[in-house]
Amino acid sequence: MARVIVDVMLKPEILDAQGQAIARALPRLGFSGVSGVRQGKRFEVELDGPADENALTEVRKMAETLLANTVIEDYRVTVES
Amino acid sequence: MSAARVGVVTFPGTLDDQDAARAVRHAGGEAVPLWHADPDLKGVDAVFLPGGFSYGDYLRCGAISRFAPLMEELIPAARAGLPVLGTCNGFQILCEAHLLPGALMRNAGLHYVCRDQGIRVENTATPWTSDFTEGQEIVLPIKHGEGRYVADEETLSALEARGGVVFRYIGGNPNGSLNDIAGIRNEAGNIVGLMPHPEHAIEDLTGAPSTDGRGFFSSILKKLVNL
Repeated sequence: MARVIVDVMLKPEILDAQGQAIARALPRLGFSGVSGVRQGKRFEVELDGPADENALTEVRKMAETLLANTVIEDYRVTVES
Repeated sequence: MSAARVGVVTFPGTLDDQDAARAVRHAGGEAVPLWHADPDLKGVDAVFLPGGFSYGDYLRCGAISRFAPLMEELIPAARAGLPVLGTCNGFQILCEAHLLPGALMRNAGLHYVCRDQGIRVENTATPWTSDFTEGQEIVLPIKHGEGRYVADEETLSALEARGGVVFRYIGGNPNGSLNDIAGIRNEAGNIVGLMPHPEHAIEDLTGAPSTDGRGFFSSILKKLVNL
């Protein structure tokens, strides 16, 4: 049993309108010193078995196929310890 | 001769399928309802992917619809030349399915926009735009929160170079789309996607800003009759 995390973020060159709106809201709430915010998605994938190389290959395939749109997003797969 | 048959797809959450079917009938065609869960195109001559919020826009707009059983039939058929038009959510689905390049993202101002929008027709070499003239300015309703067209620089310049931009916003860009892009086509020209709604602009009675949407339906029906 293992949990694999897939983080999906917009590619750096893609304008993140939501992240910008959050960054603009922070100073209004009294938070200073923030130069930028980018918003992404986190998926927690629970596996039936161990997070071995085969399983991670499958998770990467999931990310490519459905979890991320690789036209506009990058993803990173990590195993939660 | 029997009427040309245009399939209109309904996913859970689709909103504009009834207007799309009505627009097909208004132009003299037969509208064939297609259900997302049926892996069967019922032998239609063309397909209209209407707008709405298919699968609740979960994950990303169009991301889940793209894997519906019907799409498993539609994607290879479209690649083989079947005329397909996607409006609004239909455009998003076509991009998610990689039938059209690029993607549609949250509007630059984050606001949902609902208004009459000026659009210039940039390319008439598609089965859906042949009844327009190049450079023609039309008015269609838009209503979307995620209509900002984006693509990487290379894709965008290739798209422009091959005449892939079919529609551009005029009189103000409503969503921050790159190069004011409102709609595009694939290389072969049979697949067209746009954010504006031609199916809502075919009759004066319904208070539409124009009847400019009729051109889409007259174009495809002429194409199908003359096949």
